[in-house]
Amino acid sequence: MTITIWGVRGSVASPGAETARYGGNTSCVEVRGARGGMLVLDAGTGIRRLGASLPGGFRRVDVLLTHLHMDHIQGLGFFAPLFDAGIETHLWGPASAALDLRSRLVRYFSPPLFPVHLRDVPGLVLHEVSDGVADVGEFHVRSALVCHPGPTVGYRITTANATFTYLPDHEPALGVPSFPGEPDWTSGHALAAGADLLLHDAQYTDAEYVDRAGWGHSAIAHALAFARLADVKRLVTFHHDPSHDDAAIDRLTAEAVAAAKPPFPVTAGAEGAVFDL
Amino acid sequence: MSQKPIELILTRQLATYLAMPVFIVDPAGTLVFYNEPAERILGRRFEETGEMPVDEWSRAFAPTDDAGAPLALEALPLRVTLAEHRPASGIFWITGLDGVRRRIETIAIPLLAAAGRDLGALAIFWEPWAR
Repeated sequence: MTITIWGVRGSVASPGAETARYGGNTSCVEVRGARGGMLVLDAGTGIRRLGASLPGGFRRVDVLLTHLHMDHIQGLGFFAPLFDAGIETHLWGPASAALDLRSRLVRYFSPPLFPVHLRDVPGLVLHEVSDGVADVGEFHVRSALVCHPGPTVGYRITTANATFTYLPDHEPALGVPSFPGEPDWTSGHALAAGADLLLHDAQYTDAEYVDRAGWGHSAIAHALAFARLADVKRLVTFHHDPSHDDAAIDRLTAEAVAAAKPPFPVTAGAEGAVFDL
Repeated sequence: MSQKPIELILTRQLATYLAMPVFIVDPAGTLVFYNEPAERILGRRFEETGEMPVDEWSRAFAPTDDAGAPLALEALPLRVTLAEHRPASGIFWITGLDGVRRRIETIAIPLLAAAGRDLGALAIFWEPWAR
């Protein structure tokens, strides 16, 4: 399994010279299997470049959305395969308690926010996910609702050789007096347990988190503590705060790793980074 | 050890911060958590009791009516809520794990999630005349 990051930024796209190294596009990750299968995780602004990079000839693409906040769907309308009548696009994402996935997507994918109606997208197939499993080509995909405002899932993707967990927007420390607590009472733990690679929300510093608890994101230290609790083999921090420039991400990551001394490698996620599992 | 659904995790987190006693059970009726205010009434810390199967906690507190007659376990509000997926309430006596008998009032509500998922129930209870 090969993981490629196309967008790593949280909340809002943040292009500029000061973010050029880690990247300014919002969440999008490509997963490739050994047999050539492909999954796209989230449709932030990074998905535009991913769509443009794809070779011709494929007939189906699966886009797995964790939730419908703008930074995770804003690029969807600019994903070229979506408008290719020869390609079947499967969109996976959470419904809410009151609205199905289509109704929720249409709120963005229709005027005045977007010029094209979702109903005019050819070959579109929607799949609602919450807590469950699905086999998508060569991938076994487990989803579960996680702690983030509004219906939000994380994904655990397994092939014959590797397990990859994707928790880009996740606040497992919310309301936990002493984080981390017990594994079975920790949001996302079952998805991440023993994973070969975990991509996890690491938006804030400890000081920033104090004023933003409940916004749905983790401090970098929380990401490291969660990864240790889940006994992952490697952590890549993700969903960097828009206000954190390249130098800040270098410094904050180094400080957090020095303080936590995790028994696994930690890498700050960057656009263009590739991980072979 | 399987991870609890996120709705149950958030319910427990809320209960941790509330000043009223809260008791949470899963769909099988297993007691999975009660908070500190509940510990005062139940007479023992949750860390000491841990999770308890439905028949165990139903009997452990020896519920009776005002006349001291044992209640049918199936008639306890939380058992009614679990069985019928509807709110239920009642006033009765229990004997805490500290051996003290207390008259309590209970309201139980079902925890039903999207897509019809049954997550169990929670009960709020207190000693209305002890305040």
